[in-house]
Amino acid sequence: MDLRDLLNEAMAGMLARPVRTALTTLGTVLGITTLVITLGVAATAGNQIVGRFDALTATTVTVEVAENAKAAVEWDAVDQVTRLRGVTSAAAVAETKKSANLSVRSNKIIDPTRVTDQTLTVVATSTGLPGAVKGSMIQGRYFDAGHLARQDKVVVVGEQAAKMLGITRPDRAPAVFIGKHAYTVIGVLGAMQREKNLGTAVMVPPTIGKRFGIKDVTRVLINTSLGAADLIARQAPTALSPGNEAELQVIAPPSPTRARDAVQNDVNALFLILGLVSLVVGAVGIANVTLVTVMERVAEIGLRRSLGAARRHIAAQFLLESTLTGLTGGVIGASLGILAIVAVSAAKQWTPVLDLRLALIAPLAGALVGLLAGLYPALRAARMEPVDALR
Amino acid sequence: MPEPVIALEGLTREFPADPPVRALSDVFLEVLPKDYLAIVGPSGSGKSTLLNVLGLLDTPTSGSYRIDGIETTTLRDGERTKLRGSRIGFVFQSFHLLAHRSVAENVMLAEVYRSRGARERRNRRARALEALERVGLSHRVDFLPDRLSGGERQRAAIARALMGGPSLLLCDEPTGNLDSRNTGAVLDLFDELRGQGLTIVVITHETEVSDRAQRRVRITDGVLVEE
Repeated sequence: MDLRDLLNEAMAGMLARPVRTALTTLGTVLGITTLVITLGVAATAGNQIVGRFDALTATTVTVEVAENAKAAVEWDAVDQVTRLRGVTSAAAVAETKKSANLSVRSNKIIDPTRVTDQTLTVVATSTGLPGAVKGSMIQGRYFDAGHLARQDKVVVVGEQAAKMLGITRPDRAPAVFIGKHAYTVIGVLGAMQREKNLGTAVMVPPTIGKRFGIKDVTRVLINTSLGAADLIARQAPTALSPGNEAELQVIAPPSPTRARDAVQNDVNALFLILGLVSLVVGAVGIANVTLVTVMERVAEIGLRRSLGAARRHIAAQFLLESTLTGLTGGVIGASLGILAIVAVSAAKQWTPVLDLRLALIAPLAGALVGLLAGLYPALRAARMEPVDALR
Repeated sequence: MPEPVIALEGLTREFPADPPVRALSDVFLEVLPKDYLAIVGPSGSGKSTLLNVLGLLDTPTSGSYRIDGIETTTLRDGERTKLRGSRIGFVFQSFHLLAHRSVAENVMLAEVYRSRGARERRNRRARALEALERVGLSHRVDFLPDRLSGGERQRAAIARALMGGPSLLLCDEPTGNLDSRNTGAVLDLFDELRGQGLTIVVITHETEVSDRAQRRVRITDGVLVEE
């Protein structure tokens, strides 16, 4: 038997009852659509999740100075890092265990109804801190080189610290007492995207920090442009402290691909099971209808046998019919699924992520479903005795 | 003496039951080329069993059946199927035309299961049209079967049976579903085909049909008697 004849007969058999075939296909369409949507949306959504913390962490490099290394990094070494190509902002931070619990008050009045003494962290920072933590000055300003040069007794407080201390109007130059000395608050720093704990801290210039024993840089915060993090992580120690690189520990973002895999694997496993279940339902539908069709076409099977069709010809025809039905469902399902992914992405303003392999494999999966579903009905058709079939 | 198209010798067909049902009992029959044979008998006499055996749709329990000199009782299923496709043209009482295919496509179906070259495949429609012309149905080539009268349907089925030049036209109650006018037309066609050298075996219980045949055998309770 010519293969073209086989295909021709199968197509004719499939199209003989178009409405039924369409309804039969529906199960596979739903299954494949579900599969494509779940896989596609999972990939798309997974990519968005990664995209979000990419922007934050993939550009973040932190250099920690070993505790026992005295003065490994000078305060003005930050300028050397800022000069590196790929660095968008950098700042040095100094804190000690002692400075983490300093008593800070906003005034000397003893008010029995309020807690005026707060235990806050005091950190010394270089002038570029607001940029380095990607924060912004809610009120006032950050101290600059001039404050440092003059050794001004100024501080900047974090947003939560300001609330705790009751500081609302830095423009009126309120004072806070750290220990026994008063300092002028010149600004409130908030909306930090990294080092969020600085929200409850009091930032002082390095020149003031010495008084509280925070003298040496303990940490350098660096932000890089996208993709430069790896390079900067390698260059920063040398730039900060030539010859003392061993004393510095660089914390670089994890490889972005690995993060993406971790997220997708979790999401995909769940969705995949969902899609496969729908496919099984589709297969049962095809098997059911093909079996009914075989029973209805007993006379036709008998006729074909009388015309010289062998059992394998009969089996091949029904198998091909169910496979084509599945393939049709797969093609329609894949198309609908991809459309749905694009629609969901458009609604959520995501970038749709379409795996080309998915678009190609989905119709094949439909065909496979049809093939498997057709096995039993085809076997039944082939086993039929021509005498019985023609009765 | 020419090689007989059909040669049955001591053919018996039993169906397993308790006691076994003997549908055909020790049947001897020879059909020569260009014979026009009618097999008559009441229902339940073994007519259908004989037709199934002759059509290679069923295997006898014992005895010998040669078609064109080829012993069929020892053949395997696949070989019998091939022989059936190439040597026997079936005509059924209920026509068995595929409802969704045109008359020409129905006729062309006869060649689908015969392995032939690509060139043969290309000329298939031409041969189908030729067969339709032989049965006088050239004007209905692209009609669907449900638009044809009963007589036309049977003629289309005969055209299908004629495709590929079978040795034997095996007809099972070919006029059972037809009125007298259409019956006459189909019987005229049989006469004509026989005149062209075709061997025809008709199973019928209608005397109108069996009277037209040149030879008549009667089957009663599985026993075949020449009349």
